[in-house]
Amino acid sequence: MKRWALAFAAAAFVALFLGPFGWQLLTSFWPEAELGGLWPSRFTLENHAAVVTDGPFRRAILNSFLVALGTTAVCLSVGAAASFVLAKIPLPGARLVLLFSLALSMFPPIATVSPLFLLLRTLGLRDSLWGLILTDSAFALPLALWTLTSFFREIPDELYRAARMDGCTPFGAFRHVLLPLVAPGLVTTGLLVFIFAWNEFLYALTFVSTPSKRVLPVAIGMFATDFKEPWAKIAAASVVATLPLVVLTLVFQKRIVSGLTAGAVKE
Amino acid sequence: MSEPRAQTPKGSFASEERQAYWLMLPAVLLLLTIGLYPLVTAAGLSLQRSILVFGESRFVGFENVRFLLSDGRFGSALGRTFYFTGVAVGLELLLALPLALLMHRTFPGRGLLRATVLIPWAVPTVVSAKLWAWLFNAEQGLFSQLVSGGAVNWLGSPALALHAAIVVDVWKTTPFVALLLLAGRQSIPDSLYRAASLDGASTWQTFRWVTLPLLRPAIVLALLFRGLDAFRVFDAIYVLTEGGPANTTETLSVYAFKTLMRTGDFGYGATLSLATFLAALALSGVILLFGGRYLKGER
Repeated sequence: MKRWALAFAAAAFVALFLGPFGWQLLTSFWPEAELGGLWPSRFTLENHAAVVTDGPFRRAILNSFLVALGTTAVCLSVGAAASFVLAKIPLPGARLVLLFSLALSMFPPIATVSPLFLLLRTLGLRDSLWGLILTDSAFALPLALWTLTSFFREIPDELYRAARMDGCTPFGAFRHVLLPLVAPGLVTTGLLVFIFAWNEFLYALTFVSTPSKRVLPVAIGMFATDFKEPWAKIAAASVVATLPLVVLTLVFQKRIVSGLTAGAVKE
Repeated sequence: MSEPRAQTPKGSFASEERQAYWLMLPAVLLLLTIGLYPLVTAAGLSLQRSILVFGESRFVGFENVRFLLSDGRFGSALGRTFYFTGVAVGLELLLALPLALLMHRTFPGRGLLRATVLIPWAVPTVVSAKLWAWLFNAEQGLFSQLVSGGAVNWLGSPALALHAAIVVDVWKTTPFVALLLLAGRQSIPDSLYRAASLDGASTWQTFRWVTLPLLRPAIVLALLFRGLDAFRVFDAIYVLTEGGPANTTETLSVYAFKTLMRTGDFGYGATLSLATFLAALALSGVILLFGGRYLKGER
């Protein structure tokens, strides 16, 4: 096929994926009262200003950040330890863990919501960001395990055995030899988990009820005031909420793609 | 590992196994308590009549299950969820296949394509649902304005609303499917394509007899993952229409959620959730039944 034909097809896809987002971007610069029509009469920053100075919204961003960071920390630490074993140490029953985590990731989250709600309540973690970190970590763990295990597998076994020869304990070899080598894999997995936790909606909606503890997706979902939804402000909120993610994605594009396809290809 | 264990100086093999178990423990604990335990508890909950607000909780056996089997709303939700899954995943595969093949080629602008394709995936589902809700807004949304005749109640008419939700899902996840297919495409050796062109195969023939069969594992994988994801859909529908109008976009997860959190009926809500889980299991079973052999890499 001719190159320009391919470029044209590519342009069509780019328009398809960026277009709706671009329209939302445009809407965010639209004066709220003048919505309607195909182009704003003037551009304004009032929506963004309103959103960025809005206390609850800023708190929501902070909450999201805390939950995503916490989830990433848990998944990376717990996941790296387990993935190391899964990849390097032949343990009876280890494969079962990977398969079980795969099965777990196929559960409809709704099936776990009510028991988790009650469990968190018993633990005193209901309506707490820590409870959310716990549940999000458990759900992101399969993703972390599969991705990290494939990264660990790429490191030659000889390196681990050589470290053991030199007198390292398994944990020592893990910490001093393998972990530094798998650092790129940690970055990739961390990104995937961070994005997952940032976007998580159902658990955040169900387990956290105090408005000041809400995370971003829930805050945006509940933006409607009274009867009419302030669409321009929602657009501004969406843009502000998404920009960091978009930047992260564009910057780490190659890593994200390699992480997402790691499971598929390495199968 | 063929070398004798006795060569490892520090500690015996038993000690290595022990450390390994300790390293695995946190992960396993997390998975079991937050993953398996709720499932088991949900089974127990579904056998109870448990209304949280009243603090009521008593054993009622299979009463919830009996109600489920005669629940019309459940039947509608079930059928609707299957419809949503079928149409959405079908469209995604149709779009993702050419996209994946395109991303594999070299042409000016490929970098831009690869970068932008990830954006719908990275954007929170809520944000994308709001984005499309605005586009579909009855009076002021772009689509209404482009259609001659003015306002169209996209999200308010039962027939259109579910399809609007499908559009949202397809937009958001086609990139992910394309990436899965791209990974599959990249693992097909170039030598096969050279052989095909030497044999004088046309573009279509090459696609039909080389690319497509060898992409089967990736396609089945995509079907499995996306099928399950679409079946469990919640975020997009909840934010877009909350299951409305009049429950006509209510999928299983939305119905279960409303029963749990709005009505506060934890017993029946658990029953619905389990039914969703079993239906999802059945779906994956069917996909694996017909496509499983391709996953093993049989050529």
